[in-house]
Amino acid sequence: MRDKLKVANKRFNSRLIVGTGKYNSMAECAKAVKISGADIVTVAVRRVNISDKKKPLLMDYIDPKKITYLPNTAGCFTSEDALRTLRLAREIGGWKLVKLEVLGDKKNLFPDMVETLKSTEILSKEGFKVMVYCNDDPLMAKKLENVGASAIMPLAAPIGSGLGILNQINIKIIRNQTKLPLIIDAGLGQASDATIAMELGCDGVLVNTAIAKAKKPYDMALAFKNAVIAGRQSYLSGRIDKVLLGRPSSPTKGII
Amino acid sequence: MKKLKKIKIKLNGKTKTIVEKSTLYELINNFKIPITKVAIELNKKIVNKKEIKKIKLTTNDKIEIVHFIGGG
Repeated sequence: MRDKLKVANKRFNSRLIVGTGKYNSMAECAKAVKISGADIVTVAVRRVNISDKKKPLLMDYIDPKKITYLPNTAGCFTSEDALRTLRLAREIGGWKLVKLEVLGDKKNLFPDMVETLKSTEILSKEGFKVMVYCNDDPLMAKKLENVGASAIMPLAAPIGSGLGILNQINIKIIRNQTKLPLIIDAGLGQASDATIAMELGCDGVLVNTAIAKAKKPYDMALAFKNAVIAGRQSYLSGRIDKVLLGRPSSPTKGII
Repeated sequence: MKKLKKIKIKLNGKTKTIVEKSTLYELINNFKIPITKVAIELNKKIVNKKEIKKIKLTTNDKIEIVHFIGGG
């Protein structure tokens, strides 16, 4: 396939990135990931359960040699916590491509952009390739780019809300101002939301809850896969201009 | 034979009693933790996994062992 997603000089076949949280089981998660065709999955860094040694490990279900793990900083509310988490993630097995997410509010889960910006700069200097969860603010997106972000990942809507892309204009503005990979992260609810993101010119989408919590996660994983492909093809095909009045599709000459 | 002295440490937030001068390697082995799939912090400093046989634990050491789980 020639139209690949490029992030930090790596190429990926799929433009759909999926989260691995909120599934009923690891087996269900692994199957949904497979059906989605995703090459990248986000993962969280947490304490090993020392009291239950038989608890299954994510790595036993999703092979990090076949699927790129993108460690995140979910649950971090300060730059210090986020840096600590990603430095540990790197230590697990050399991961440098990471998803930074510094939250500012427990209810709406919006990112704290001051802490996020600070963390992006430090991590980039340490050699991390930082894909940054951010709000849909073109000015902040520019600042993130200036301090070395590897991908801009604005929210569509609050994490897990399923509201879809609330500010398409801002996403379009960010698209037009940056050459960095632009990936919609958080807030998508259904497959068509992913198509809209791709038609706006985004390079990819990151989906977790919309697949994991769908009534049929496997079917929704496939729907998102197809939606991303459709949206990308539509974007590359060049849509027609919008006009206010009707234009006949059949020739007007020769009407009886 | 001299009785081995016991010390208290914190492993992933839980107090554990271990034999004095145990190494980090021994601790990890006792809990059957798969070393290649985790990262280790000793008193908030990341530990080089190659060094764990040399690191001897002392009273009140705080050890964190993390791995990847599902997340968005």
